[in-house]
Formats: sequence, structure tokens, C-alpha cells
Amino acid sequence: MSESTKDISLEKEFVDNFKALESRINGASALPVHQIRKEAISAFQKLGVPTTKNEEYKFTDLNKSLRKNFDFTSPSLSGKVNKETINKYFLPEIEANKLVFINGVYSAEYSSIMSPEDQLSVKDFGTASKENEEQLQSYFAKYADYQSDAFIALNTAFAEHGSFIHIPENKVVDKPIALYFFNDAQTEKCYNQPRNLFVVGKNSQAKFIEVFNTIGDFSSFTNIVSEIVVNENAHVDYYKIQNNKDTAFHVGTTQVWQARSSHFSAYTFTLDGAMIRNNLNIASDGEGCETHMYGLYLLHGKTHVDNHTVVDHIKPNSFSNELYKGIMEDQSHGVFNGKVYVRQAAQKTNAFQSNKNILLSDTATINSKPQLEIWADDVKCSHGCTTGQLDEEAMFYLQSRGISKERARVLLLYAFATDVLENIKLEPLKNHLENIISERLHKDF
Amino acid sequence: MLSIKNLHASIEGKEILKGINLEVKPGEVHAIMGPNGSGKSTLASVLAGREEYEVTAGEVTYMGQDLLDLAPEERAREGVFLAFQYPVEIPGVSTTNFLKTALNEVREHKGLEPLDAVSFLTMMKEKMKLVEIDQTLLSRSLNEGFSGGEKKRNEVFQMAMLEPKLSILDETDSGLDIDALRIVANGVNKLKTNDNATIVVTHYQRLLDYIVPDYVHVLYKGKIVKSGSKELALELEEKGYDWIKEEADTTTT
Repeated sequence: MSESTKDISLEKEFVDNFKALESRINGASALPVHQIRKEAISAFQKLGVPTTKNEEYKFTDLNKSLRKNFDFTSPSLSGKVNKETINKYFLPEIEANKLVFINGVYSAEYSSIMSPEDQLSVKDFGTASKENEEQLQSYFAKYADYQSDAFIALNTAFAEHGSFIHIPENKVVDKPIALYFFNDAQTEKCYNQPRNLFVVGKNSQAKFIEVFNTIGDFSSFTNIVSEIVVNENAHVDYYKIQNNKDTAFHVGTTQVWQARSSHFSAYTFTLDGAMIRNNLNIASDGEGCETHMYGLYLLHGKTHVDNHTVVDHIKPNSFSNELYKGIMEDQSHGVFNGKVYVRQAAQKTNAFQSNKNILLSDTATINSKPQLEIWADDVKCSHGCTTGQLDEEAMFYLQSRGISKERARVLLLYAFATDVLENIKLEPLKNHLENIISERLHKDF
Repeated sequence: MLSIKNLHASIEGKEILKGINLEVKPGEVHAIMGPNGSGKSTLASVLAGREEYEVTAGEVTYMGQDLLDLAPEERAREGVFLAFQYPVEIPGVSTTNFLKTALNEVREHKGLEPLDAVSFLTMMKEKMKLVEIDQTLLSRSLNEGFSGGEKKRNEVFQMAMLEPKLSILDETDSGLDIDALRIVANGVNKLKTNDNATIVVTHYQRLLDYIVPDYVHVLYKGKIVKSGSKELALELEEKGYDWIKEEADTTTT
């Protein structure tokens, strides 16, 4: 009983907040974007913040965690982080277009766009909703379904900040586009809901990197949605790097739409945080699409990470491959749910999925659920998941050659992680992650 | 070099070794033979330090130290080498990388500087010839997808690299065709010196045509029931194990 009354208050907090947003934006409320916001908030009211009774959130009690740690009555606050601090968090050795967001708000001052304008157009979401109204309207909220997921609905209702990145046809953007999201939790708790829209034109190529960090010791909550449109024959690599503080709560939805002959690869690395829910939803909506999904989660302490992925094969002759691996120790909790849909029209689909986990303590948990749903009859699909401890036989083998127990453990865990790491195509990013992971393995595991 | 006295060992409460006595001196080759289930592999495992086995009585002295007191990696660093009957496949770790780590840990233990990349490669090339192993095999993940023969050759290659004082070959011959057997045996013979010793655990006499033992011991029901020269192996080949079993069973009852 008490729980349900509290539920209402959590939703009421957001709805009140939405009213405040409406009065604040005033003149802009006539914009088509705002019509979608209104639909989204009413969808959110119907959906409610999911509890563990919701099958999709069975193991990840965001409702409880958010209620316990946050107050959403006041609007999201703007933050202040100084330049020296920001600089420390930039990925090393990577020459990239840098987009910096503080509490979800784009900072032109800290950002630097290196690629020429005819290759890459970057606008903050607010500006784009006014200046590129028509263009934005044809994509915004067309892919991420705010009618079915409460967090997408919330993000859509509060979509004010974030980015609109557009790459025209026939362009190769050779420098990665790195989006750095900073939560300023130096003086108080913070929350924000950035919204991104990446549109990659026909025959074009681009690499996106999303990096999440929290400055300060208060709790932070990010509810981010990135919609990615991969047009015909375009190639997109998308990296998500979460090495955040153990006070950082995160819900992130990456919604991808792939047209004919396009390639899309997602790499999700989760190394630290409080409670994290990643949704990676991909519609393979053209013939000859290729999709790769890689994930690696290395969890310790009480970190809770839930990776939900969906790849929906709508058209024939496409390929998807998924490999998610996790190492968990202490009281950490991992969740993997991978759905592969092969619709009736999607004949000759090749879809593979694998989730492998190592539990290093008796108190660590993994809930793994691979789901294959196939309506077509001429397909090649497989899936599997394994969970175990470190292989004792392999340990003994290494020790019997003079390698210490500690080093043998690190060697084996590193080898386990390498399986995912070796697929990273951006060499400096690969080296950077290898260093972080190797250091973590030496220190922690 | 190695002195085993009244060694008893069990696994999951079941006693497998029931009082083994064995003396091995530098330069010697000892063959341990015996029917299935006699405890041959257990003996090899206990000497290498496999944790599942519990030593319930007896002692093992190696180069003046209590061997049973040492962790598996310490035994290896002191020069004990076990060639596995079933070498483990380890995806993601290349043989080269693994051996470099192992070799440098052994060197560190001996107070030597780690080998630089060039000297390591030179050493590798030299040892590769010994066991006729291919470079491409070594850059692949350790034993992953190797054939039986390749795995065994890799064991002997590792042995060549680590230069042990006491090598224990646990059924290194089983599953090998005659060509692979000859290559493996040649490798072992070339590594033999007056300072190191070899214990060859085998089910078949065939291997002993290539690796000629100084002593042959027959293990049965967890005990060495007969010891002799290499002629004993030939006798076993000819007559099988039944006469030994009978002999042993009558003396114990």
C-alpha cells in the first residue's frame, strides 16, 4: 500500500515538473516538438516508473532506487565544471570532435568540432528544435517508442537539451565524434535527461563515442536517449563508455534504425556506476544489413548493470552478431537480456548471440536471458549463455608453469575480456580501455 | 633429486596412492607403467601439486626440500615440470605470451633479469626446432583448436623452454601416431642431460622404444609392485599386466 502511494508521488514529481517546463518555455510551446512532449508525458503517466513487476525491469528496481536517492520536484539544475577538470576526462590519444555536456546541457565553450562543416553538422538540441524544426521533426521520436517505455517517455517529455548531429550523404567523417556527458554533483544531487539525434546520410561513415562521468560525490541520475538513423549503405560505429562513480545512476536508450546495406556496430563498456540500465534497440530494416553488438561489463562493489538489447530483423538477408561478456565480484549484479526477432519476411537472416559470465564471489549475481523469436523459416540463428567461475584446470595449468596464482587469474580474466576488446576498431580507444581494464584486474580481482 | 617415501594420497575421500616409494637421481629416466586406474596419473598430479588430491601420509623430498609444502608455481620455479596428459585449452592467451610470462617468473625466482624480446625470440626459435613445432601455432591461443599431437608437442616445447630439472611426462604418448610419437620422444631425448631426470608415465611400452628408461616400475592398486630394468617393460608388453596383478594380489592376501 505504502509503495503504491509513493509510486504516485514519483510520477507526480515529474508531471509537476513538466508543468513548470511548459510555463518556462512559453512561446516555444507551439512547436511541433512540444506536441510530442505532451504526448510523451501523458504516455509516461499511463506507464508509470517501472517496478520489478514489469517483466522488462524484473531484476532492476529503478523505481525503488530513484525514490530513495532523488527528488524530482525541482527542475534539472545547470552545473558548473571547470575546464581543467573537463580536460582530465577526455580520452587520451584520440583526435576527435569533442562535444561537452554539463548536466545534459551542451557547452559550446568546452566543445571543439574539428571536422569540416560540409562533413559534420552539430547543433545542440534546443537550437535545432527551433532552427531545424522541419528536419528534426522528421526524425525526432520516430524511432524511440515513448508509448512503450516509461524512461523513453520521460526523456521525450523533457527533451530540451542534447544534440542533433547530421552527416550528409557520401561523407566519411574520419575523426570520431565524442560526446562527453558530465554530471555536476559537487554541491548537490543532480539529474538530467539529454536527448540525441544522430542522422548519418547515405554512403557515409561515422564513429560516435558517448562517455559518462560524474564530478563530485553526490548522487547523479542520467536518463539519456540517443536515436541513430543509419541510412542506406552507411557505416556507423557507436561506443558507450561507462566508468562512472558508484553514486551514478543511469538509464540509457540507444535506438537505432538501419536502412538497406548499412552497417552498425555498438560497443558498450560498463566498468563502474551505481545502477545502470542500458537499452540497445536496433531495427534492421533493410536487406543486407550488418549489425554487431559487443558488450563488456566488469563489476565490483554493489554496482548493478542491466543490459537489454533488441535486434529486430525486418527484411531478408541480414546479419547480426552479439557478444556480451561480464566479470562480476563482490556483491555486484549483472543482468543480460538479449532479444532477437526474425520476422516472417526476414528470410535468410543470420543471427548469433552469446552471453558469457564469470562470477568471482558467492555474493555476485548474474541474470541472463537470451530470447530468440523467429517467424521466418529459412534462417540461421543461434544463441547461448554460460556462467561460471574461473576455470580451475586453466589456473592449475598456468601455475604448473611457474606463474603465480594472482597473475594466472589476471591472465585468464584478461583473456576473457580480450574476446570483446579485440573487436574495437579505434586503436587508441582500444589501448585506453585495455589499460583501464588491465589495471582494474590487477588491483581488484 | 627426488625421494618419495610411503606416499598416500586420496581424492574425495577415496585413497588412490597407498604407499609409494621411489628414488630418482640426476640423469636417470624412470618409467612408471601400470594398468588403468592403478594411480599413475594421480602420482604425476600429486608431484605437480594439483589441489584436488589430498596427501594423507608419507613425504616427498625434492632437491632437499619438502616438495609437498610448495605451491604448484613454486614447484615449477624450482624445476619440476609436468607434461599434461590433457593439456588445457586457454582461449585469448597466446603460447608465446604465456611462455614469456612463465619464463620470466621462473627467471625472477632464480634472481635473473627478465629476457628481452630479442633473446626470448632467439631462444624460442632454437627450441622450436627441437620439437618441430610451427611458429604460427605458437602465436595462436594456447592449445585452442590444436590436434592431439600438436598439444603434446607444445608440452614438450614448453619443457624445452623452461629447462626443468625433473620432468614428469603424463601419458604423453597416448593418442599419438608413430610420427608424432617419434617427434615428441626425440625432443625429450635431446633435452636429457646428466643433471636432469625424467619420469615417464605410460600405459604402453611403445614409447619406451624411443625414450629408453633406466628403471621401470609397475604401479598397481596404488603401490609399486615391481621394479626392474627396461627389460621389464618388454616383458609387460609380451605378457600383459595379468601376471603382475596375480603376483601382487597373492602377496597382499
